[in-house]
Amino acid sequence: MSNKVTQERTHEGLLIALQEAQTKHGYLKSEFMTELAESFDLPVSEVYGVASFYSFLTTKATGRNIIRICKSLPCYLANGQTIIEAVQSEIGIGPGETTADGRFSLELTNCIGLCDRPPAMLINNDPHVDLTPEKIAGILKGYK
Amino acid sequence: MPEKRVVLRNCGAIDPRNISTYLERDGFRALEKARREMTPEDVINEIKLSGLRGRGGAGFPCGLKWEGARNSPGDEKYVICNADEGEVGTFKDRYIIENDPFSLVEGLAIAGYAIGADRGYIYLRAEYHYLLDLLLGAINQAKDGGFLDGFEIEVRLGAGAYVCGEESCLMESIEGKRGESRYRPPFPTVAGLWQQPTTINNVETLMNIAQIVLNGGDWYAQMGTERSKGTKVFSVTGDVTRAGVYEMELGSTLRELVEELAAASDVKLIQIGGATGRILPYDMIDTPLAFESYLGAGAVTVYNKSREVLDIVGRTMEFLAEESCGKCTPCRQGTQAMLEIVERFLEGEGTERDIKYLEVLSDTMMLSSLCGLGQAAPFAVLDTLKYFRNDYEKQFAVTKGVA
Repeated sequence: MSNKVTQERTHEGLLIALQEAQTKHGYLKSEFMTELAESFDLPVSEVYGVASFYSFLTTKATGRNIIRICKSLPCYLANGQTIIEAVQSEIGIGPGETTADGRFSLELTNCIGLCDRPPAMLINNDPHVDLTPEKIAGILKGYK
Repeated sequence: MPEKRVVLRNCGAIDPRNISTYLERDGFRALEKARREMTPEDVINEIKLSGLRGRGGAGFPCGLKWEGARNSPGDEKYVICNADEGEVGTFKDRYIIENDPFSLVEGLAIAGYAIGADRGYIYLRAEYHYLLDLLLGAINQAKDGGFLDGFEIEVRLGAGAYVCGEESCLMESIEGKRGESRYRPPFPTVAGLWQQPTTINNVETLMNIAQIVLNGGDWYAQMGTERSKGTKVFSVTGDVTRAGVYEMELGSTLRELVEELAAASDVKLIQIGGATGRILPYDMIDTPLAFESYLGAGAVTVYNKSREVLDIVGRTMEFLAEESCGKCTPCRQGTQAMLEIVERFLEGEGTERDIKYLEVLSDTMMLSSLCGLGQAAPFAVLDTLKYFRNDYEKQFAVTKGVA
């Protein structure tokens, strides 16, 4: 029993380690996940399993800034589609893509809890609310 | 009925970055009272007397949950605050943390005292990373003030997964794993975090605790209905003039919330409880909001007459299919199958047989899914089949002349 508890406690640090690496490097390299598996004494598949489960963890390289535009119903009702289009035309990529200069990645996300001021998006950890297509260029300028 | 503030009593009245403004409004007096004048059992009895039920949507009696964890044997016990609100249209917990993180910290510390836990976790969704400093500031100020002696609070950030708001997924995530739901029993009060007795309470539930300890369970039980005591915080969005957070006594009607407070007009239908919630047509607007009728976690999304029913259902199913954790077949496959069928209707290729299939599939999912996600996923389909069946029939292939 105590052995089992120790082993489970070891697992605790895995998600935190993945989150830290994501913040530091922008994505989770496969070599990193292999090393992590060794140090946690877990199969690589287990590490990859955790890494691929969460939407804020990525196993592919992303841009320096990640734009997450909400596509859920409250934002959709507030013409969220026009924001998605405005961002796409501003940076010239679609959802799931990264700009050639590595400055932005674009994702469409489910509800981010900013529904009192829709449409809304997150850039990295920053909330942006009450969006209009006209505001987009100005907001994106703040991210290098 | 106007707004009634118990949970939100300090919102706007205190500076969430300055504990002294909280102390001026009886801050941490309930925790002191509990520790000095009450046994843990007294605290639990007071919560039981209040009739407080869980505000995350499931409505489990809080006092019973705490009693269960207190009475379960365990080397260590844990209290967890679920701040992973991800239900579509919900933002009340964000509003609470933004405005009054201290009441949350105090509520969690009282929970720890009551069940005998010296460690608490707050699981904050990744999308709310910008609240982290504020929350840590409140915890550190409480610690510096000597209010948390013998009780440690750790904030854990989620990593982007709606399903982690489900309690068993949330515990898996704190343990560093994929956020997949667990078989129950055993329930968390017996074998929760690291298989130890654990209570998991929603942010809003914990916001009520200090007030109940200070004013008594009897005081609290005077508010609300027979089976739903106290107040509820609602987040109202969609086709309304005044979207926002409103706290009302339980049993208040949907009309008071949607038309009087949020100033909606021309309403077609209302979704209560987000993607896993219920859909009601406008003619049910006088329904009281309570656990015995409709409530969920308090997300109320309003749709006006310009909105298409099947568009709403399709987007709801798309959300659920994406967010299913994938562990159990009825939910993983069921949400996907439902989405595909609803899309057929959207394209004008539905059949009578599809409707029957949706109904059978709903039964299967509700009966056999592992957690609330799959069990509640069919509601949007079932409710609209009940109240807006014509919207489906309009999209039959034969009606459209395709077949």
